[in-house]
Amino acid sequence: MAKRDNAVDLVGLLSVEGQDLAATWVREVSGSLKGRVGTAELDRELRELYDALLDALRQGATDVHADQMSEVRALLTELSRNRARQGFSPSETAVSIFALKRVLEPLLQEGSADDVRAYLELGRVLDGLGLFTIESYSQTREEIITAQAEQLLELSTPVVRLWDGVIAVPLVGTLDSARTQVVMEKLLQALVDTGSEQAIIDITGVPAVDTQVAQHLLKTIVAARLMGAECTVSGISPQIAQTIVALGIEFDDIVTKASLADALKLALRRSGVDLVAHEGAQR
Amino acid sequence: MKAPWTAGEKPQVHSIARSGDLVHIRQAIRALSQKCRLSLVDQTKMITAASELARNTLIYGGGGTVTSGLVSAGNKQGVAAVFEDSGPGIPDVEQAMTDGWTSGGGLGLGLSGARRLVDDFELVTAPGEGTSVTIVKWVR
Repeated sequence: MAKRDNAVDLVGLLSVEGQDLAATWVREVSGSLKGRVGTAELDRELRELYDALLDALRQGATDVHADQMSEVRALLTELSRNRARQGFSPSETAVSIFALKRVLEPLLQEGSADDVRAYLELGRVLDGLGLFTIESYSQTREEIITAQAEQLLELSTPVVRLWDGVIAVPLVGTLDSARTQVVMEKLLQALVDTGSEQAIIDITGVPAVDTQVAQHLLKTIVAARLMGAECTVSGISPQIAQTIVALGIEFDDIVTKASLADALKLALRRSGVDLVAHEGAQR
Repeated sequence: MKAPWTAGEKPQVHSIARSGDLVHIRQAIRALSQKCRLSLVDQTKMITAASELARNTLIYGGGGTVTSGLVSAGNKQGVAAVFEDSGPGIPDVEQAMTDGWTSGGGLGLGLSGARRLVDDFELVTAPGEGTSVTIVKWVR
């Protein structure tokens, strides 16, 4: 029965007659957030949380992982997700919970020894809730970062059609295994979709070509060849050319061009397109 | 060879623990090379060598650190980087430095190629005691 009494104490602490603790809590939190969350929204969030917490305590919950706390946990997860998305810091997120302790402090001044014990007990529960908030906060942030990294991967590898039967992939930035995989898949798919037989990989935007980048490039080219397409690598700058030579990488039978324009000209010639300059036309 | 760091210039230490760290290392070496006014070709060579060695440290050494900074000897100036790991070491250095030999799945040109890309190259290793590679690129 001791446990039960305890719960009653906690509930008693949180529901002092004639005092709207939830309102004080909302005021406290909105002060620390400097008005970046609307008062109405904050009021709704915290009151829901407050009621859920009271309910859970009434049912005898003693820590954050108790079954009775499931609604509180759900609300907290939603709160920290929102905060993480809106760009609040972890402390600004957790303060919503810890502020409740500050709200209760004045009540202790005329409180009995039992009240103090209840406060300490509640403090433990709130600490657990605070930690839970931070955990779900960082989980959300990680999800956001992963999603962004994936979006970036998609964004940075467009396959463009330059001519009938000629496609190009302009590569920008670092080529790691994950990106090469995306580039290769997209290039091969584009070869099928467009029925192209000429592919140009432009590396003007790749700052350095080391052995791994070269190996990835070679693999992509071999894969394209297996599908019957001819690959040209363009955009090899003087410094990258010298680096490749010093490294000892052999590009053997792979056709390379200094600029995308040269590579396009070659691809057009290979696919039987003649470019004719009209007399008198402006150049 | 102990890298003779220029007095007053604190070398930076970067850890190599994930493949994402290689990007930071390349950027740090690029910044140093630009500060030291290496030519564009030499910058690219130094960055590429650093990239190779950092990847070796990660893949074969199981991670480690790179210490990089400006160095000077006489009236020469240059960029230096020391790659250190406490991995298994290299049992046969001569074989490891051979073009095309690899114990992994690469092209086998990283270590030998890196030596050709820089001016000074020193490899210290012993089986079970990790590996340390020092490279320097001087301004011409």
